[in-house]
Amino acid sequence: MISPRCAACKYLRRRCPSDCIFSLYFPPNDPQRFACVHRIYGASNVAKILQQLPPNLRAQAADTLYFEAHYRIQDPVYGCVGIISQLYQQIHNAESELAKTQAEIAFLNCNPQEEVQPIEANYSNFNNLLPNQYCPPSTQNSWFN
Amino acid sequence: MASSSSYNSPCAACKFLRRKCTPGCIFAPYFPPEEPQKFANVHKIFGASNVTKLLNELLPHQREDAVNSLAYEAEARVRDPVYGCVGAISFLQRQVQRLQKELESANADLIRFACNEINPTANLPPPPSITPRPRSSSLGFYQQPPAFPLPYPLPWNDTSDPSGNINDGGEGNM
Repeated sequence: MISPRCAACKYLRRRCPSDCIFSLYFPPNDPQRFACVHRIYGASNVAKILQQLPPNLRAQAADTLYFEAHYRIQDPVYGCVGIISQLYQQIHNAESELAKTQAEIAFLNCNPQEEVQPIEANYSNFNNLLPNQYCPPSTQNSWFN
Repeated sequence: MASSSSYNSPCAACKFLRRKCTPGCIFAPYFPPEEPQKFANVHKIFGASNVTKLLNELLPHQREDAVNSLAYEAEARVRDPVYGCVGAISFLQRQVQRLQKELESANADLIRFACNEINPTANLPPPPSITPRPRSSSLGFYQQPPAFPLPYPLPWNDTSDPSGNINDGGEGNM
């Protein structure tokens, strides 16, 4: 029985050899995955990256390559670097908010008799702190936990 | 943005590709000859023709940012062939989650003060260290010495610390 070609070999219209570097990571039932990485990196660059890695790390590498390619297609200017930029901004905002809040606590610790007005504004950023989780479009997203 | 289309100074891309750098070279404004590694990384990961296609799909004013983000991703992938930029995203998301928890806890304490329900000096733990961690805190992700800086500052985010560290304790180091 002839094994089905992997998505890469189907895309490249070639025979899928038994030792195809792509076959384990680009199954035939997900043609869009290889199309994505091929568009951004090219087949030979992906093959070189995978070949230089030990086999136990190639699946993760293929997933992250797909993730980055996916976001580069969605945002051709910034790709996933745009996500990094947003996260830095969120961290900056959260750190400022935290420093402000803890300064108020420190003040109140030193001045326990001070009357304090109920705080209303400090929850303003709670709902905005976490970005939508940028999980790679794969089931193996353990690196985000 | 550098321009290397002068007749005696090929851009880094054309030097690398060993070809004549023409006045209309698409790479010349973004790959100056004094930064050869930038193009070398981009070529290694994406390939010159893929970069050309990407740039041709963009408006001229978008290309500099696109090249810089490609260079950033390429350098991250060269340093960490398994995770590339995704490792940085993972690390930063965890930081955001940690800060949210700290902020929730701090606001809860503040509310308690406001309501005057407890004796703050008796029952509260000492305030946690509040010095915001500089983004250059060292986390050896790529088996590099500490304080791995961003390969390139993010020019479109003025509040970013260009020396910020994007790395985390290694998960996928070779």
